[in-house]
Amino acid sequence: MSTYRMHLLVCGGTGCQASDSRQLADNLQAQVLMAGMGKEVQVVTTGCFGFCEKGPIVKVLPDNIFYVEVKPADAEEIVSEHVLKGRPVNRLLYVEPGMKERIAEHREMPFYKKQLRIALRNCGFIDPEDINEYISVDGYQALGKVLTEMTPDALLVLMKKSGLRGRGGGGFPTGLKWEAAARNKSDKKYIICNADEGDPGAFMDRSILEGDPHSVLEAMAIAGYATGADCGYIYIRAEYPLAIHRLVIAIGQARQAGLLGENILGTGFSFDIEIKYGAGAFVCGEETALIHSIEGERGEPTNKPPFPAESGLWEKPTCVNNVETFANVPPIILNGPEWFSSIGSEKSKGTKVFALAGKVNNVGLVEVPMGIKLREIIFDIGGGIKDGKKFKSVQTGGPSGGCIPAEHLDTPIDYENLTRIGSMMGSGGMIVLDEDDCMVNVAKFYLEFTCDESCGKCTPCRVGNKRLHEILTRITEGKGTMKDLDNLKELGGIIKDTALCGLGQTSPNPVLSTMKYFWDEYVAHVVDKRCPAGVCTALLSYYVLPDNCIGCTACRRVCPVSCISGEVKKVHEIDQTKCIKCGACQKACKFGAIVRK
Amino acid sequence: MCKNALTEEKFRELDAYVASLPERKGALIAVLHKAQEIFGYLPEEVQLHVARLLDLPAANVYGVVSFYSFFAEEPRGDHVINVCMGTACFVRGAEIILKELEADLGIKAGQTTPDGLFSIDALRCVGACGLAPVVMVDGKVYGRVKPGEISSIIKEFMEV
Repeated sequence: MSTYRMHLLVCGGTGCQASDSRQLADNLQAQVLMAGMGKEVQVVTTGCFGFCEKGPIVKVLPDNIFYVEVKPADAEEIVSEHVLKGRPVNRLLYVEPGMKERIAEHREMPFYKKQLRIALRNCGFIDPEDINEYISVDGYQALGKVLTEMTPDALLVLMKKSGLRGRGGGGFPTGLKWEAAARNKSDKKYIICNADEGDPGAFMDRSILEGDPHSVLEAMAIAGYATGADCGYIYIRAEYPLAIHRLVIAIGQARQAGLLGENILGTGFSFDIEIKYGAGAFVCGEETALIHSIEGERGEPTNKPPFPAESGLWEKPTCVNNVETFANVPPIILNGPEWFSSIGSEKSKGTKVFALAGKVNNVGLVEVPMGIKLREIIFDIGGGIKDGKKFKSVQTGGPSGGCIPAEHLDTPIDYENLTRIGSMMGSGGMIVLDEDDCMVNVAKFYLEFTCDESCGKCTPCRVGNKRLHEILTRITEGKGTMKDLDNLKELGGIIKDTALCGLGQTSPNPVLSTMKYFWDEYVAHVVDKRCPAGVCTALLSYYVLPDNCIGCTACRRVCPVSCISGEVKKVHEIDQTKCIKCGACQKACKFGAIVRK
Repeated sequence: MCKNALTEEKFRELDAYVASLPERKGALIAVLHKAQEIFGYLPEEVQLHVARLLDLPAANVYGVVSFYSFFAEEPRGDHVINVCMGTACFVRGAEIILKELEADLGIKAGQTTPDGLFSIDALRCVGACGLAPVVMVDGKVYGRVKPGEISSIIKEFMEV
């Protein structure tokens, strides 16, 4: 990259592309060319910077200036002011909520200060569509090192020593998984990368594949060497078109460079990778279900044992790891297992990427050392709760996880602690909830998801979750009884104990954890027929206060279902049978004439 | 002419794709992806055709089609409106947006308007959580959608 004196890095992640970052990159390129700087300034479309809340992001190197919420029309000013005259565009710099000063460098931003990026090290830094950029940041060096300097056994020892655990949910030690596959003798073995990120609200795997696809390819080849496999599959959701596009490019480039295929780097080791498309089934994140899906079958899980390491794809030894797990592998090999195990907590080493979303100021991807407190993630990195509201709970682990209340904000996060307080690490979704969220409704939301996604093979999950959902629906409609609450608890416990796979065994978690920490809210729904957060629509209605209404028609005009009647200067009325309780009228009313009861 | 007509030509395209596969073992899902790309959806005739091509029982093919949410057995509208119902969008009001959209078009999620213009789908996370709540129409993403905005978004596509 030495020929250019300046680089304009534009985020090309899905989030920023949704806000026109592609047009922005084109405009920047056009402006650079118009200024006659095409040979001096390079515009690079990178992967996700993680700071999705403030996208699209543009970073200028070597000045290290970080622009946020950049619009395509801002390209001209960035080039004419910053690139040509060396004056950063002040109005595009980041302002911390509640502060006045603008911050120019990303290292100074509270969002990035506490982060430690290992898996996301190259996201937002290199052009994911150019293998040379990956190679320039030590890419494929780890593969070269293991192929030329290490035996597979030594590699397994190294991986076990590092303490890396699976980042997809369960947290099984990666080194042990590889060793099990290596020990099983077979004519054919497989490495599978699980990129079927179905957890709603989690998008770290997609960001890694979009921002740094080669790191995953490299790690898969390394896993192939460790276990004796020569064939790899990446199982990815068809809903991730950009990630697929970049993977296809990356695989092609790696093959051309001789880093995938026959006789890699002249060492006699061969390994190739193929992409397999999922078709939208959450349960396919479970490794046995995923394997059946690759075989072209329904993605239904099977009993373990036999574990895939023994009998997996086409009944051959198979090693399934998740995207983020793979992304950690090359740095571990280059920096040594001691370096990796020095980061994190006693039993959970390294870092974890969390997708921070919901009612938090800074939505985005954050990578933090294990053992960090929830409070630090939500309030320091996340910038606190949106609109100055009160924190209520944080949901981790997606549909398999639980809701953690304020009293546990100072719990250091690792696999064991999260399980202990009734949630789980899962893939790393982290949804922040505030005082306006109804916990019963949130539990119902997750159960609805599980009912949709249950494969139907085992009864506890197929029928049990449906019953849980029905009970929760009754409660949110004000028809619940105290007996329902007992039933929820008992049935939840039974499903956890008896379901076949990870999906069913964890699906009652959202219900059980909210019942444990927010019991009063359940009781309010059941006994008082009241939703304290004002969410459950059956338990509330909007009314016009005749004394306050001046008949300005503002509410009537915004009502999406036209259920408000009334003439100018006359008191309006809401038709309760048509009202969808969206609250638009209340927001539009300037006279406080609409109340929610 | 109905664009979902199952023409000979489309079947031939599918046949050619299957013939080009190096391995038919385990190819069912890939073939169905291709078939949906060609036909737009997977009606019974197409499923039976795929079963014959791959020498599989038709029940197997139907089992797979009905298992995965990506495969549609009904024709889709000209414009597919996806409302993200991922958790991040849900807690920022996606449920209200969906209800409003359903009221506007008079159909439920998963259905198509009688004129074949719009389909509504509730989708699990497009991963643009920073823009929640998100609505996606034909791949174009609308972020931070507020109640009341949905009708103007639909209008854009009615006029085209």
